Amino acid sequence: MNNPQLTKNGELKHLLSIEGLPKAILNQILDTAESFVGVAEREVKKVPLLRGKTVCNIFFENSTRTRTTFEIAAKRLSADVINLNVNTSSQSKGETILDTVDNLIAMHADMFVIRHAQSGAAHFIARHVAPHIRVINAGDGRHAHPTQGLLDVFTIRRYKPDMHNLRIAIVGDVLHSRVARSEIHALTTLGVPEVRVIAPKTLLPHDVERLGVQVYHDMNAGLKDVDVVMMLRLQNERMNGALLPSAQEYFKCYGLTQEKLALAKPDAIVMHPGPMNRGVEIDSAVADGAQSVILPQVTYGIAVRMAVMSILAGNTEE
Amino acid sequence: MNLPDAEQLILSLADQVRPLLDEGAALVGIHSGGAWLAQRIQKLYGKNVDLGTLDISFYRDDFSRIGLHPQIKPSDIPFDVEERPIVLVDDVLFTGRTVRAAMNELFDYGRPGKVTLAALVDRGGRELPIEAQIVGAHIPLQPQQNLHLLRDEHGTLSLKLHEAA
Repeated sequence: MNNPQLTKNGELKHLLSIEGLPKAILNQILDTAESFVGVAEREVKKVPLLRGKTVCNIFFENSTRTRTTFEIAAKRLSADVINLNVNTSSQSKGETILDTVDNLIAMHADMFVIRHAQSGAAHFIARHVAPHIRVINAGDGRHAHPTQGLLDVFTIRRYKPDMHNLRIAIVGDVLHSRVARSEIHALTTLGVPEVRVIAPKTLLPHDVERLGVQVYHDMNAGLKDVDVVMMLRLQNERMNGALLPSAQEYFKCYGLTQEKLALAKPDAIVMHPGPMNRGVEIDSAVADGAQSVILPQVTYGIAVRMAVMSILAGNTEE
Repeated sequence: MNLPDAEQLILSLADQVRPLLDEGAALVGIHSGGAWLAQRIQKLYGKNVDLGTLDISFYRDDFSRIGLHPQIKPSDIPFDVEERPIVLVDDVLFTGRTVRAAMNELFDYGRPGKVTLAALVDRGGRELPIEAQIVGAHIPLQPQQNLHLLRDEHGTLSLKLHEAA
């Protein structure tokens, strides 16, 4: 039962995956994030918690939004931040991941934020580093993207505080989506009674029911009376082989339009982790519409990442 | 040890704060005891007065030793701090570290005018050059003694002494 994410006292040490984290820790992160939301509205948008710490964002895979929000989060905690896009730096010269990390530790880095195309990359680094170093998974392959899952849940909680009374639909490319996995784990752990996934068979993992979700292949049935619609990006760059006839065909069946959204509850909210493919998985009228909370998700993402970083940095017991 | 009645001390504290509020000061309570007190002072004042609360968890000087408090409440300063006189309210003034953190946080909202510190109890034992201008009672205590302000389900406040082993 050795969970590499937790200290001996059961406190959060690294954030690698939502799977296996107790409800109390998820709630601690979400509650702490509430206090960080207001920091962005002050004259000085900074608190001194990570003063003197160095946070390294190592992105072995591009992601402007995630990297930027991690960078802003660390800076609002007063940390120093180094950004490395490794696909453009030494790895192209043959340096291994651990060499890259060791070099940064030799420069006295305290915390690593890791994005990698390979599932398990952040776990690998977390097992390797010295006990005082902290690691946050910012997306590894198809496996997990825990801070995205947490910020989605945080957004839902802000608009729909009664988590025990919600019906939530996750729509789209679940198969290739680490975001969907993290969302599902977070929602079920926090006691959301009904989580649906809506997708064609070719975009669902074969054992998806084991995650505790209800499976729909039809938008009209799946969106009926839901409180939250979470759209996923159609991961074009991950698509190898003909899983879909065409983007147009996909939009016709699984794209979110105002008409389809009308099947959900009238006060349902619409979410998307970004970047959006307008006209592929979501219509612009919905993305920019009154029910969309897509931009608040970005804002809350900073508060959630500040919460995660400060909780990790504060749990110094080994 | 006989502790004074917290409810009586609040009346005295509110009387002493009143002239400052008459001059336009706002109340800021330090979470949690100071926030309860600031609310009570606002009520006793009877007129409209701006009220804010600070949870100083993000500004503590012992973060690197004890980490983040597991239950943080959002700070809330719903008025413009710039040039505003402020009465900062705390329950028990001890080392002065909480007040230092609160002042650091307050200044991140803007540059206040005159800041006055009001404490229900000054128990001595300062580790920083900080003093309260308004005090409900002076109760000198030993370092191993802890004095807490408690609130029951009716909102009644009381003081409780705790002796560390």
